[in-house]
Amino acid sequence: MNKYLLLTFALAAGSVAAQPTGSVLVRNATVITVTDGTLEDTDILVVNGKIAGIGRDLPARAGVQEIDATGKFVLPGIIDAHSHLALASVNDASSPVTGEMDMRDVVDAEDIGMYRALAGGVTAIHSMHGSANVIGARGATLKLHYGQPAEVLLMPNAPRTIKFALGENPTRVHGQGSGVQPRTRMGVEQVIRAEFDGARDYRRARTAYLEAQRAWERNRRRGPAPEPVAIDGRKEVMADILEGKILVHCHSYRADEILMLMRVFNEYGVKNYTFQHANEAFKVAPELARNGANASVFADWWAYKFEVYYSTSYNAAILNRYGVNTSINSDSEDYIRHLNHQAAKVVRYGGASQEDALRMITINPAIQLGIGDRTGSITVGKDADFAIWNAHPLSIYAMAEMTFVDGVKRFDRAADRADQRLRVNPTDSFTPGTFATEHGRHEDACMEGVFELFATETHSHE
Amino acid sequence: MNKRILALALLLAMGTGLSAQVTEKPGFGKYALVGATIHTVTDGTIENGTVLVNGETIEFVGANGQVPAGYQRLDLTGKHIWPGMIDAGTVLGLMEVDAVPVTVDSDELGDFNPHMRAFTAINPAAVAIPVNRVEGVTTVISQPGSGIISGMATLIDLFGYSPDSMAVVADAALVLQFPTKGRRFGGFFFFGPPQTEEQIEEAYRNRIKSLNEYIAKARFYDGMMDAYEAAPAGKRRPDRDPAMEAMRPVVDGTIPVMIQVDREPDIIAALDWIKTQEGLRFILSGVSEGWRVADRIAAAGVPVVTGPVIGMPTRDYDVYSRPYENAGLMAKAGVMVALRTDDSENVRNLPFNAGMAVANGMTHADALKAVTINPATMFGAADRLGSVSVGKQANLVVTNGDLFETMTQVEHVFIRGRKIPLVSRHEELWREYRDRDATTN
Repeated sequence: MNKYLLLTFALAAGSVAAQPTGSVLVRNATVITVTDGTLEDTDILVVNGKIAGIGRDLPARAGVQEIDATGKFVLPGIIDAHSHLALASVNDASSPVTGEMDMRDVVDAEDIGMYRALAGGVTAIHSMHGSANVIGARGATLKLHYGQPAEVLLMPNAPRTIKFALGENPTRVHGQGSGVQPRTRMGVEQVIRAEFDGARDYRRARTAYLEAQRAWERNRRRGPAPEPVAIDGRKEVMADILEGKILVHCHSYRADEILMLMRVFNEYGVKNYTFQHANEAFKVAPELARNGANASVFADWWAYKFEVYYSTSYNAAILNRYGVNTSINSDSEDYIRHLNHQAAKVVRYGGASQEDALRMITINPAIQLGIGDRTGSITVGKDADFAIWNAHPLSIYAMAEMTFVDGVKRFDRAADRADQRLRVNPTDSFTPGTFATEHGRHEDACMEGVFELFATETHSHE
Repeated sequence: MNKRILALALLLAMGTGLSAQVTEKPGFGKYALVGATIHTVTDGTIENGTVLVNGETIEFVGANGQVPAGYQRLDLTGKHIWPGMIDAGTVLGLMEVDAVPVTVDSDELGDFNPHMRAFTAINPAAVAIPVNRVEGVTTVISQPGSGIISGMATLIDLFGYSPDSMAVVADAALVLQFPTKGRRFGGFFFFGPPQTEEQIEEAYRNRIKSLNEYIAKARFYDGMMDAYEAAPAGKRRPDRDPAMEAMRPVVDGTIPVMIQVDREPDIIAALDWIKTQEGLRFILSGVSEGWRVADRIAAAGVPVVTGPVIGMPTRDYDVYSRPYENAGLMAKAGVMVALRTDDSENVRNLPFNAGMAVANGMTHADALKAVTINPATMFGAADRLGSVSVGKQANLVVTNGDLFETMTQVEHVFIRGRKIPLVSRHEELWREYRDRDATTN
């Protein structure tokens, strides 16, 4: 039976899989807490998946394995606020708005990419819908319990998120590709406004109907029944966005479109959102700061398409100067494996402090995902998500040696096998090394699954 | 009349606007770089050394701190001097914005294009050139990438106002996309039905056959022209063919053939094929799976350009760190290795690729050679580039730390003796926006 069907049944049955947790005592590490300074020769005690103690010479615990980390560094687990790993599909480009869809329904628990990310010290990822649609599907916040089924990967009670996308991708896919709005950045704004207006009206009507229905029931169904307002999955999601129950993560590049969305959000009362990519966020850093907006950016990617031509590798450093909560993301199965190096570029380009650079791959993305109170720093009471590094993680020579998720060791360089796949897919090609290498960032990773729409497209109209 | 005045005023306004943006000119003359640790690459490391730059050339390298009169002195105590880095595989200068096809000049139509020269299409004003050179990459191979014979790669310095003034070796290598025995895409429906093994084999044989015929034709053409040129008297001049003309320095071994090849079976096939091509010189490039056959490559004595080091494993079942280890494993087996980013706008990541290789087993010395003297040697520029040596071109990078460390700052860049202003679009946007007037929104 199909694994997704199985998952559906499991969820329908209301069964919640137990979250795996572990206990461990790490000895004598240099502990980069991220939120509370860096502590030399320090132990970390983990009990049942939570950080239970941080200090020198912590007493041993019966039954708890000890790891000597003398000369090593402990960094909180890296969190990637922009990923497309572990998804069976990334884009559903059938409509400019697909908010009713949910990436949590298509989690692929066997993606080897998760193991490779663990090898780069990553413990949690935000796996999102692609950027084909102005309003895409909701995202999946995953803990990298590689080897466990999908329902265990989903971080319990993580806030819901949703993908928005502005600019070239939605206008190319829908306007240029299919002849439906939006074809322009003007159109993108109106698609969002139309959805929000419709959702507001819908919720008012639906709420009124439900109240009337309850009153009618209370009144022993006397008189005519109220006219039903049918439930609408997409509008429910939109209305929840307006009520602050879903965090918006918006693919965006240009300063003008970033300003546009903040204008719209202010009008409709949407708060607590994150601009993804946001290559030109540095141009409107004061406005972002004023609105309390977050930015999740690349360290240095630019010029792969026109809307990122006027970018700078100093983007994150500028945002940081203005106090914008900024994270460095990967949007890549490749770069997720060394986000620590990407963070080091924020020091190189613009002189951010090492502490701030490390915040950008740990606590800052955690805050953007609404899980900053549970992970993203080495703090007593938080989830035991961290990695042990053989050198300072901002060094190019640093490699993660062990990665723990909820106290469970999910990566150990010393015990690493050549083949870490969970299952060999019999439909995979057996040709050795079947691959198409694509280096750097030449295409939008977030356009995965869309390009077949253009397979027959000619460029005669350009 | 009024219109003319307006136009004139506009022109003047534009003129002043532009003049404010003119990039600072590079310095040029005599420089004394004093007090740094000099990483010569070919002659060891010199502590507290002195490098004298006179015009385009390195005039002196040594521990003796004497500075003759007339030299502008740079006190570099505590700093490091390295040769300018060479990226052995890029499309820098051939591509402005990847997703905008009219700005991409790397891929000409046709299968056999030896006469297509990257040199011709290099845009010296590409915005990415300053962005990358200020990070210490002073020289790149920029290469075409379509068909079977893609054209001529060019070795250029990242400073100059024309390809002519940038070129170190205008035609540095003939780029050959070696026919692959692999599927490029694993039978996704939109690329047509999956190929059978027989179809793949047949396609491979056909491409090899046409390649062999092309080279045989070029050899014949070269011989015919040689014969005519040796004794033209009384003979009719054979018809000139630009593509065949471009092949002449290839078949006589002057210009090496840079074979793009990645997969293990393709590398083996390429090494076997090389044996059938007497008189030609070869470089392998790409070579993602080189670690699987490192000994065979070493035994063949063929140098390798590989990278990016920061890349994905080629097979699902490969350990995550293979791409990081690949360059080091080949170097250890005795292969001469140069690194590439295979990038355009982010060629500046070359040192971090080298660092990643070092973190995964390559020696620092080997990695340094792989971004300096090795590519210089492969592309026939070892007399001008690749080390801090007297008589070589003054392509130098001064840093405050290890060249490969991300957090290290590049403090000076010299290209052909020009002291390059550390200015680029990225740095200009930083200066403009880091303290933006927030009231004018």
